[in-house]
Amino acid sequence: MTPSDKNLSQCCSSKCISPDMNWKELTKAGNIYTPGNASTYETGDWRTIRPVWDEERCIHCLICWRYCPDASIISTGGKFDSFDYKHCKGCGICANVCPAHAIEMISEDEIEKQKEAQKDEE
Amino acid sequence: MKNKVALTGNEAVAQAMRQINPDVVAAYPITPSTEVVQMFSSFVANGKVDTEFVTVESEHSAMSATMGASAAGARAMTCTSSQGLAYMFEVVYIAASMRLPIVFPVANRALSGPINIHCDHSDAMGIKQAGVIQLFSENAQEAYDNMIQAIRIAEHPDVQLPVSVNYDGFITSHALDVLEILDDETVKNFIGVYKPREALLNVNEPVSMGSFDMYDYYFEHKYQQVAAMEAAKRVIEEVGKEYAKISGRNYGLVDAYKLDDADMAVVVMNSAAGSSKGVCDELRAKGLKVGVLKPRAFRPFPHEAIADALKGVKAVAVLDRAETFSTLGGPMFADVRNSLYDLKNDIKVVNYVYGLGGRDLRLEDVEQIYSDLDDIIKTGKVDNFVRYLGLRE
Amino acid sequence: MATLKELAQVEERFVGGHRLCAGCGHGISVRMVLNALENDENVVVGCATGCLEVASTIYPYTAWNCSFIHNAFENAAATISGVEAAYRSLKKQGKLKDDFKFVAFGGDGGTYDIGLQSLSGAMERGHKMVYVCLDNGAYMNTGIQRSSATPIGADTTTSPAGKVIPGKQQPRKDLAALIAAHNIPYVAQTAISNWQDVHKKAKKAFEVDGPAFINILSPCPRGWRYNTPDIVDLVKKAVETRFWPLYEVEDGKWKLNSKPKKYVSVEEFLKPQGRFKHVFAPGNEDLLKRIQEEVDKQWLALLERCGEEPELPPR
Repeated sequence: MTPSDKNLSQCCSSKCISPDMNWKELTKAGNIYTPGNASTYETGDWRTIRPVWDEERCIHCLICWRYCPDASIISTGGKFDSFDYKHCKGCGICANVCPAHAIEMISEDEIEKQKEAQKDEE
Repeated sequence: MKNKVALTGNEAVAQAMRQINPDVVAAYPITPSTEVVQMFSSFVANGKVDTEFVTVESEHSAMSATMGASAAGARAMTCTSSQGLAYMFEVVYIAASMRLPIVFPVANRALSGPINIHCDHSDAMGIKQAGVIQLFSENAQEAYDNMIQAIRIAEHPDVQLPVSVNYDGFITSHALDVLEILDDETVKNFIGVYKPREALLNVNEPVSMGSFDMYDYYFEHKYQQVAAMEAAKRVIEEVGKEYAKISGRNYGLVDAYKLDDADMAVVVMNSAAGSSKGVCDELRAKGLKVGVLKPRAFRPFPHEAIADALKGVKAVAVLDRAETFSTLGGPMFADVRNSLYDLKNDIKVVNYVYGLGGRDLRLEDVEQIYSDLDDIIKTGKVDNFVRYLGLRE
Repeated sequence: MATLKELAQVEERFVGGHRLCAGCGHGISVRMVLNALENDENVVVGCATGCLEVASTIYPYTAWNCSFIHNAFENAAATISGVEAAYRSLKKQGKLKDDFKFVAFGGDGGTYDIGLQSLSGAMERGHKMVYVCLDNGAYMNTGIQRSSATPIGADTTTSPAGKVIPGKQQPRKDLAALIAAHNIPYVAQTAISNWQDVHKKAKKAFEVDGPAFINILSPCPRGWRYNTPDIVDLVKKAVETRFWPLYEVEDGKWKLNSKPKKYVSVEEFLKPQGRFKHVFAPGNEDLLKRIQEEVDKQWLALLERCGEEPELPPR
């Protein structure tokens, strides 16, 4: 018996590889055949503070995009689009480098409270 | 077409490498394997091969660059001895775990210290747990034949492991021998075109290699290596049979010499197997039932074949050209005795550590071993089961 | 020079979902370097063991949106040199059609120290590859031990600021100069505070015909103990105080890329960092003086190499 050298199910996403798989099902030698599949792993829950975008102030210079260590500034057509909260770890660098003060770091607890307050109102 | 030629072991290995025509060779000088690298670089310089030759600054980088090349999708080789192999040690493990089919000849030489440039097997024994296949060669012919077969074994889909081809430093590497080499075309056809299953240079399927494996996966990936080693036993025999068709020479996991009706056997690897066979013939002529068992593969260890070959003997001497400092004998002794345990045949097994640092194994020494085995059979007792052959006491 | 609007449309080769610490300088540096490649350029990335490697390829996830290989700690340069040799061989034999670039990343431990031999060999042999050192001045992955890149005076776990010995006693190794002595086509020192500088240098490095080496100052929030969001300001100070000058060596010609207009004391760079806190404690005035002297000495030596008047900026 030999391990399948390219796990068949891995073609869809890394989620197909899981710790309940036996040695024959795992990819050979720990090779990963799905480039960039770390994007399916969410590091957003590391965050205690989150960047919040002020559209009015944003000048779309994309300096935030340049300095994000986690590639979590999504831009479309050369403009700021949104934060990728699935991966943003809340380091706060984007808010600091923004020349237009268009990014504010807000505590996740605060955001949670606001959400609950909104729910109560509804 | 076969050619009978007079070559040293190193020349034979270099010729095999020329015929294999690897895409990349990365190597570093060391006695006694240096000649292989020198000869190969002249093949490169004279356009006899297509190889990109990387003159690295150390053996650690030799194996590392070879791994990079192999991972890239190239057929890649290196070559070393002794301290060089010791210096590579770390990356030999990684090459095996990354399942890279790298073939690398090793001209066996003692390890420092004290420093010594002559033959023993302590270099090879240092990597016996690294996960690489280790083939041993009695003479230049076998070194050559093992090199060609090693490519097929390493690259077999069920194996995909590095293969080291061992042959004795100076005794085999530098001594002129008469051997048959195959013609270039036959070798080319035998080894075939290398088609890697994954390659860093495959634009359509980028791959990440050497990932960080935690406790949830590491164990399974290590077991994949065990399974590949298990498969290698079958593949070594299959490739040996196929090779017999083009060479007329038979290769299996072990070479059982006159063992069918033997009472006494010597188990020994590499060049000393040749001397032992000579003594065996002389003793046979005198009517003694003696034989020789030469493991060709040391990793994977062919324990089934060894137990089968030795099941009828009464006493066995295992000759180790390396120490383990366990006070329980040499490395092969432990494995052979272990292999015989389940036979419950009460086979007496004794260990001789011999030839360290290039000390000659004389024919009289082998005769003495058989005589010792005879005594063991007669008395039914093994006292002092770890012996040091020719040691001044 | 491409604008950020243009660069933001280049394919991301180091994606989110990696597990570097929040605000890690490596994430910024790696993204900047790889962003210098065009969309249609293929690249193979190599990586020494270290934070970047363990955080980016935790099986079964890879943050690398391209081919990637990690081998061991000290051999990223040798490994990528082997990949590059395979590329040349397969190209030459007509077995490969596609073009590739090659880059190896190593931390300062894997580059200045344990990987120096492997790097030196690869540079000397002339492989067409880029080696990028992400210098955060200590072995951060194993818990902030001093390396030969650690600045004099720094408090690390193996050069602790004690009562008798106040932190690291030796100045940093001048690695870029050491690599420049290999007479390779391109060597540069850069810093993320000036992204245009990083971009330009990465582009040049990928384009030269032969080996290229880039040393990037890549702060570690944990090891340096500064306020994480302030990374860019801190690196800016490293450049302004001449602790980390920006320069390049093209075909043996040294060139200074930025010259501070006025003398800024190294204190400005040291003060925001916890690893230098003890330097400002009473009794350690001599240490601070020594650090400044070291910076000034290195600066003058650099000016001389660059063919500039060896003088300190006006105070």
